[in-house]
Amino acid sequence: MWINGGTIFDPSSGTARVGDIQVKDGLIEGVHPGGAGGARAGAVDAKGLWVLPGLIDMHVHLRDPGFEYKEDIVSGSRAAAAGGVTAMACMPNTDPVNDNPSVTRYIVQKAAERALVRVLPVGALTKGLKGTELAEMGLMKEAGIVAVSDDGKSVESAAMMRRALEYAATFGLPVITHCQDRGLSGEGVMNEGALSSRLGLGGIPAACEDVVVARDVLLSGYTGVPVHITHLSTKTGLDIVRQARKSGVKVTCDATPHHLLLTEERTGGYDTDAKMYPPLRTEEDRRALVKGLKSGVIDCIATDHAPHAKDEKDLDFDLAPFGIIGLQTLLPALMLLHREHALDFMDLLKKVTVNPAGILKVEGGTLSPGARADIVLFDPGKEWVLNEGAVLSKSKNTPFLGMKFTGMVVRTIVAGRTVFAA
Amino acid sequence: MKWAHKDLIGIQELTAGEIGHILDMASSFKEISKRDIKKVPTLRGKTVVLLFYEASTRTRLSFEIAAKRLSADTTALSQAGSSFSKGETIMDAASNVMAMAPDCIVIRYPHAGIPRKMAELLPCSVINAGDGYHEHPTQALLDMYSLKERFGSLKGLNVAIVGDIMHSRVARSNVYGLTRMGARVTLVAPKTLLPPGVETWNARVSTELDPVIPSADAVMMLRVQMERLNERFFPDIREYSTFYGLNRKRVEAMKDGAVIMHPGPMNRGVEITHDAADSARSIILDQVENGVAIRMTLLYLSLGGAANVD
Repeated sequence: MWINGGTIFDPSSGTARVGDIQVKDGLIEGVHPGGAGGARAGAVDAKGLWVLPGLIDMHVHLRDPGFEYKEDIVSGSRAAAAGGVTAMACMPNTDPVNDNPSVTRYIVQKAAERALVRVLPVGALTKGLKGTELAEMGLMKEAGIVAVSDDGKSVESAAMMRRALEYAATFGLPVITHCQDRGLSGEGVMNEGALSSRLGLGGIPAACEDVVVARDVLLSGYTGVPVHITHLSTKTGLDIVRQARKSGVKVTCDATPHHLLLTEERTGGYDTDAKMYPPLRTEEDRRALVKGLKSGVIDCIATDHAPHAKDEKDLDFDLAPFGIIGLQTLLPALMLLHREHALDFMDLLKKVTVNPAGILKVEGGTLSPGARADIVLFDPGKEWVLNEGAVLSKSKNTPFLGMKFTGMVVRTIVAGRTVFAA
Repeated sequence: MKWAHKDLIGIQELTAGEIGHILDMASSFKEISKRDIKKVPTLRGKTVVLLFYEASTRTRLSFEIAAKRLSADTTALSQAGSSFSKGETIMDAASNVMAMAPDCIVIRYPHAGIPRKMAELLPCSVINAGDGYHEHPTQALLDMYSLKERFGSLKGLNVAIVGDIMHSRVARSNVYGLTRMGARVTLVAPKTLLPPGVETWNARVSTELDPVIPSADAVMMLRVQMERLNERFFPDIREYSTFYGLNRKRVEAMKDGAVIMHPGPMNRGVEITHDAADSARSIILDQVENGVAIRMTLLYLSLGGAANVD
């Protein structure tokens, strides 16, 4: 397969050049800046398009096993393919929880047989996500997990968290931490502040996240085990990460497109598609996050794709579950950040390719010869509106419905095979 | 004044002119309740459904009496007897009620935002009878009416609201309404019961009750919800009533003519002692009486009585 005439972005080298790419046996055979010359029958015409390495989303929920009515490995992979995501790390809060090698094997096998993109399972840190006993991290690693996390909650006890960090390091497993002090979040459903009080909704203070960010950073520093903080949403949390990194702690972090683009104001109409944890924060927090992207404190952008069925989301704001989907809006969201905040596109691209690949220690994120042929063709100028019909997830819970985006995925290739074409 | 609202969800959405209009109209409706035959045909043929998904005696009764005195037909559904317990969502329940063509739904709901959603979805009038700790507009209106009745005007009045401000829809609606009408509000509570962002409210805040008492024209005591005790917002009743309860000593420190209010139901011995609740300053029962007049006014305005209003 030849992909000819597109602008080839390779975040591993930081270069963007017009040229041709040859794909053979699922790998990138050659990259020819300026073109390989000669007309080639059957070549994919990429003139005017951007040719990107497939995106790696390091935080999604595929709901499989157990909640297949919300999403499953196949439908999730369809949404991923349509979003240009060719690899995704799926969190273990399924039913049963992915805290043992049987569940891991189920995910790996189903994905191998039927998923359109690579599925990278994340195992639990503790059994049942209960925070009391270590999960079988070693056996799960043998079965195919790439990282461990109790995502959805924090390990409540600092002592347990310390053990989990040390034990994960024994097997070289990256630790991804969701930061939430249960006591402080309490019955809260949105960001705590003047707006939550006016709406009469329970608040989740920024401190609820920050105290655990601080704790996990301290434990990482103390144990020497790297920690990755996921869906960071506050200015203070970001400051903690920046300071810690300055003093040598091996902490990395990601933020979601929704925390980078939206604020708590979006919850003003009691729209449950704007309810997630962490909650949408203030404009000050959002601006700090955008700055954090620019300065490099935020290493990755991950969607926290969290499907929920319509009848679950169609409840009172207080009762509806937390979470929104995001796979199909990841690249368009990057374009918005690129345009509205003058962020360098290559830099943004690194945060969804080489950076997550490095943290998870998985292949991908590059278009160098010899690499996996996971490739996205992206039309940077194409305008489109996200409507429910275009959402390929089983669930449609996104605050971006009805929003006009610029930039559309036109083809997604995984290991040399086209898995999505617009 | 032409009434422009299909619904009443919160005081936030009312102008000072509209509030003034409601308070003025309520006087003529109050007069009806003093007649021998307490019924006028104004809303004959109209159907008012009362959906109460949270315990309430006073508010429900008040709405029901108000509707009946205007000759509307009323049906009340409360949580225990409704299908909500069968797992039906509130919006489904509302759509089903709507299919029976009511002219107005009065809704009390434990979570914020649902009356507003209903108002957006349904063609009938929706009146919020309290949603979570968002708003309780008819309570604030009857409080304002009671104050106006006593003092002639709300302008320049000092009103202290004391207690669990954080979880109080009554406090919120009163702050919006009273300040819009030119009164000065002081909120009194321990810091654990002050809402986040209270500094952005149009009200003074005090963590001490005693300094606020002498200048207050009205002291409005909020009910202590006993479940808050388990959530450790304050240590115990003894300490709470010592610092934030209205007792004889504090009543004596109130200025001449100052009044005591309470939205009910009272916890005697907790936020208010017997002698305070029953003192000559108390206008607590006036509040209840005026509640009927206020609700008659709102039913009248919401149910297309606008044409009759000058």
